[in-house]
Amino acid sequence: MIRQFTQSEFLFILASARWTLLLTLMSMLLGGLLGFLVALARTSRLAPLRTLAAGWIGVIQGVPVLMLLFLSYYGLALAGFDLPPLIAATVSMALYASGFLGEIWRGSIQAVPWQQWEASSALAFSRPQQYRYVILPQAVRIAIPPTVGFLVQLVKNTSIVSIIGVVELARAGNLVNNATFQPFKVFGTVAAIYFVICWPISLLARRLEGRLHARRAG
Amino acid sequence: MPVVQVEGVHKRFGAVEVLKGIDLAVEGGEVVAIIGRSGSGKSTLLRCINGLEQIQSGRIEVSGHSIDPSGRGLRELRKDVGIVFQSYNLFPHLRVGENIMLAPRIVLGVSKSEARSRAEETLAEVGLAERFDAWPDNLSGGQQQRVAIARSLAMRPKVMLFDEVTSALDPELTGEVLATMERLARHGMTMLLVTHEMGFARRVATTTVFMHQGKVWEMGPSERIFGAPETPELRQFLGGGLK
Repeated sequence: MIRQFTQSEFLFILASARWTLLLTLMSMLLGGLLGFLVALARTSRLAPLRTLAAGWIGVIQGVPVLMLLFLSYYGLALAGFDLPPLIAATVSMALYASGFLGEIWRGSIQAVPWQQWEASSALAFSRPQQYRYVILPQAVRIAIPPTVGFLVQLVKNTSIVSIIGVVELARAGNLVNNATFQPFKVFGTVAAIYFVICWPISLLARRLEGRLHARRAG
Repeated sequence: MPVVQVEGVHKRFGAVEVLKGIDLAVEGGEVVAIIGRSGSGKSTLLRCINGLEQIQSGRIEVSGHSIDPSGRGLRELRKDVGIVFQSYNLFPHLRVGENIMLAPRIVLGVSKSEARSRAEETLAEVGLAERFDAWPDNLSGGQQQRVAIARSLAMRPKVMLFDEVTSALDPELTGEVLATMERLARHGMTMLLVTHEMGFARRVATTTVFMHQGKVWEMGPSERIFGAPETPELRQFLGGGLK
């Protein structure tokens, strides 16, 4: 029987957006944490750490998220770790985010002029103090636009986890379409919800960027 | 006991030996100008004195802290040695006052009120007391350089190093920075400065060091160095104007 695209179908799609949001939030948090460590390692004075971080970034950026997803879902299951789909999805997306954020933030740290390192070390700052008080505050400003750009990508790319059975926004749309055969209505709705999530993030980024510049020009 | 003692210092950049055995002693209250052509090693020598450049051999001692090729003990030494760069290098994300308060606060651990009074005091010393809340970007080059001097002074250093601090400034801004340095010298600060301002070196420096090809070629009281240069290289460097 073919169902109609009614309010209850719409609400089902809308409600499933919470998994998209949760997945984005968790992978951004975990991936951000790991990515920060990767960026620090990448700019470390210790060569082995730099190499390790560069390797990590290279592998994550060179492998499709889909493979990370399959490896953490099916692969780990074979190895005896039976991860629930949502956890496997979070882990994969977080790993994916760590590779890209690590590289974005490495670039932001290195975009701070080297004279800032020199001036602060001449004032007897320790390395952690240089990061905390001089380098990172300036790197954050540089990092905001590309980081938010990546966040928007992340929201949309979470749709890939539908493939291991997590019913997030895209998967919900698929299910509803299979029952209603009204792809324009259904996927139009799905697309609109993605847009409603992503657009404010972009707006926020523009505002933040403007405010930080204004403050500096103050 | 000299405040700065440099003994047999050698420094290489790759295959190029920039400092070829430097010996130099600076007594407290002395103002030493280091002059010489580009590439003579004068800036490198200055940067070795607070460990911004690592030396390959020899020894540098500043008010009881020593630097050797291992690079240990650098932070302790840097607390006593201020340096001002050609490009100011203020922290652009902090206001003028915060720029000055930061190092005393986190490196020396002084209280916030103490850091603030140090900042106000040193800003007054460089004639910028009213710019405490300004952003560095809104200051002229000369003002930024004076803030950089104040930022170093707030650490209460025993020695101040000046690395071509007026080279990036317009002539009309050079004067205000030189005047600030001259006042510091009068107040008894021990200073080493690499400079192209020969008139300033002659007038303010007690001793002038002429560096040539990575060596101290000639040194002595500034009057003597500028008035009666002994080596042909120095005579040539000082050129026609002073003949």
